[in-house]
Amino acid sequence: MKKEILLFFAVLVIAPIYSQTDFDGLFMDRNYLCVGLVGSYSSFTHYWEGVNKRDNLNMGTVSNTSLGVMGNYGLSDRLNFIFNLPYVQTNASAGNMQGQNGVQDISLWLKYALMQKKVFKGDLQIIPAFGYSMPTRYYTPDVLPLSIGMQSRVWSYRMMVDYEKNHWYFTGAATYMHRQNIFLDRNTYYTDRQIYSNEVSMPDVWMWNARFGYRNQDIIADVFYENMNTIGGFDIARNAMPFPSNNMDYQRLGIYVKYETPVNGLSILANGFTTFAGRNMGQWSGIGLGAFYIIDMTKKH
Amino acid sequence: MRYIVVFFLSFLLACKKDIQEVNMTYPKLEPIKGDEQAGNWKPILLTSPNEIACPAPVSINSARYQGEIQEILDLQKNMTDAQKTSIRYWSAGAVLRWNEIMRELVAKNNIPPYQNPDGTYPVPSAANPFAYPTFPFANPPYAARAYAYMSAAQYDALVSAFYYKKQYPRSSPAQANASIQSHFSSTSGSSFPSEDAVVMAVSVEMMKLLFPADTAFINQKSREHFMARLAGGGNVREELEAGQAIGQAVAAKFITRARTDGAGAAVGTPVIWESMKQSVIAKGEIPWLSQENPPRPPMLPLFGNVKPFLFSTADIASKLRPVPPPSTSSAQFKKELEEVYQVTSNLTREQERICIFWADGVRTYTPPGHWNYIASEDFVNKQISEVRWARNLALLNMTLMDAAIVCWDAKSYYFNPRPMQIDTRIKTTVGLPNFPSYISGHSTFSGAAAAILSHLNPSQAGKYNAMAKEASESRIYGGIHYRSDCEVGLTAGSRVGDYAVKRAQSDGAE
Repeated sequence: MKKEILLFFAVLVIAPIYSQTDFDGLFMDRNYLCVGLVGSYSSFTHYWEGVNKRDNLNMGTVSNTSLGVMGNYGLSDRLNFIFNLPYVQTNASAGNMQGQNGVQDISLWLKYALMQKKVFKGDLQIIPAFGYSMPTRYYTPDVLPLSIGMQSRVWSYRMMVDYEKNHWYFTGAATYMHRQNIFLDRNTYYTDRQIYSNEVSMPDVWMWNARFGYRNQDIIADVFYENMNTIGGFDIARNAMPFPSNNMDYQRLGIYVKYETPVNGLSILANGFTTFAGRNMGQWSGIGLGAFYIIDMTKKH
Repeated sequence: MRYIVVFFLSFLLACKKDIQEVNMTYPKLEPIKGDEQAGNWKPILLTSPNEIACPAPVSINSARYQGEIQEILDLQKNMTDAQKTSIRYWSAGAVLRWNEIMRELVAKNNIPPYQNPDGTYPVPSAANPFAYPTFPFANPPYAARAYAYMSAAQYDALVSAFYYKKQYPRSSPAQANASIQSHFSSTSGSSFPSEDAVVMAVSVEMMKLLFPADTAFINQKSREHFMARLAGGGNVREELEAGQAIGQAVAAKFITRARTDGAGAAVGTPVIWESMKQSVIAKGEIPWLSQENPPRPPMLPLFGNVKPFLFSTADIASKLRPVPPPSTSSAQFKKELEEVYQVTSNLTREQERICIFWADGVRTYTPPGHWNYIASEDFVNKQISEVRWARNLALLNMTLMDAAIVCWDAKSYYFNPRPMQIDTRIKTTVGLPNFPSYISGHSTFSGAAAAILSHLNPSQAGKYNAMAKEASESRIYGGIHYRSDCEVGLTAGSRVGDYAVKRAQSDGAE
């Protein structure tokens, strides 16, 4: 019995410590599950109405608080299954608009190390990933910016390149997000013309990420750049409200730190970001904190 | 490697499907009854159906007529898909399509102006419609009036056209020449003058008055309609031009009325806004205060003074103004306020759905537009003549405009506060309209619409009344009205509807 416990901890110590997300070049080993909770808070006071930057005294600061369950399971050393399910609450600090809350979208990813190769004495990986996310229930996407989400089912196709040398690494990712049509509670709406349907065609999205940082057995730290570009969609008219099929773009910079605690298998993470350019979106900035634990799912007997 | 295959296969599977737009599926208008006697129906502003003169058409044996027949034949030789689509679109009916275009213009222009740097608000100016804030701000009273003027003018113009159809019988282009393919149903009786052109011209003129910044868009629609009628074999050019002349002349009469109906002064002045507030304080009540930041003046507070279509201005104070709302210090008021708080803080998903379905707020066609859409969806299935379409929508929209007048009279007269002004815990899912609470605009509009539509389409009366009640209660779910606002509003609207029913019973169409 004692021997088994020792063995269990020994395995944890030698197991990869990183908790891997859908946007990094790291993998859980086969039969290991990493689960955790991530809480985040983000907010904006200024937003872009089309390209015109403004504030809104009748909204004040709009905030988004979320608590998500995340997990990553090693189907094999090179193929990981990742899931994420957040609860989201929104609020406006001024005015009289009701904040929204509820369990939002579940997202599922498969991430595959297609190629792992030594290049210039570093490790190069090419990693395709495929994601799907769907709302867990109907919440209204029609009260932006206070809706908890867009209510769209999204198919994501990602290609990542990860290169690490002497613990320094770079990860670049391009993601195409195909967004399915959504449905409103009303039977007509105005975009740049009147449309008599409760169905809204959602423009697809390109997402570009670049991360540069340092990682070893104890810590991962990087700075990242993220660019979201909606392909099509329309601009918010002057002093009108946002709409799910707006042409929403943003560019963000952020930092990400993950630290392996002295408690075996337990890691904590923190991140923060700020938005420096955008269109039809809030100038969001936010922070996140999380804790992860690794469980060995291998049958012991 | 097989994962890569899955990866790309899934890409192919997730194809986007196009949206089916309900109004693009409307069938061709093929009236069951022609209403050929509509030239005898009672007009609204015209003193008689032949007040506007219409010269007789040329003989069908004339060179002009034969030339115009040839024009259609030439157009039909090389029709593009776009032309065919346009013809299909317009074949659903002229009144229906121009009503739809009006709804679109309302939605486009229904945005409150952004504040000035000093915290005041700019007022859109008809004299300078393109400058920000563009003219108009098509809020619910403005929209109600716009729909009413266009529909009433369409009706009078069509009554006039039907009078001349009787006088000048003329066969359709397809009857005159067998090589012409008609993509439209044969019109009611004579092809001269074109009822489509009448509706088009009168609508264009009314829209240019009401939405001057959208003139280019309006003209584009009118060119499309004109060409669709020609290329679709609906009318020869002469019939279209005669119809346009009637439409323009009738529009001129309505424009004259519109310029002097008091709507131009409905914005009020700071002195008037203050006096409304003070009169309520003098009665010992709490006056309405704008909950916006910076505070915005009430929306068109003098709209209650606009000249109605269905009754006299004097009737408003003597017959139609509702009893006062519960005093803000009464137990009844406290009870109703508590109800709003309880409902909004425990909103069910179904209540949220109802709220959003009826919200009809910024960037929508407003509640009057919503009732036009409801009515249109039903009339589309009834295959009624253009002139009956126009009459039904004129009755509906005069009712809605007069309902706005009665409602805004009460709002400014009682000037009472919204629920969240008294209880700041109350929040809204639909946005707080910036004008006093009593009586509810949604309720007044809906009560009015349900009353006249139930008369025009009795088989759907149950549905209209249920919808009106739901629209009314949606405002309690939205946290922006007390129950009294809604219930009294429904009744007040229904009483306006009764005037329209009386007119409908005596206009010669029933």
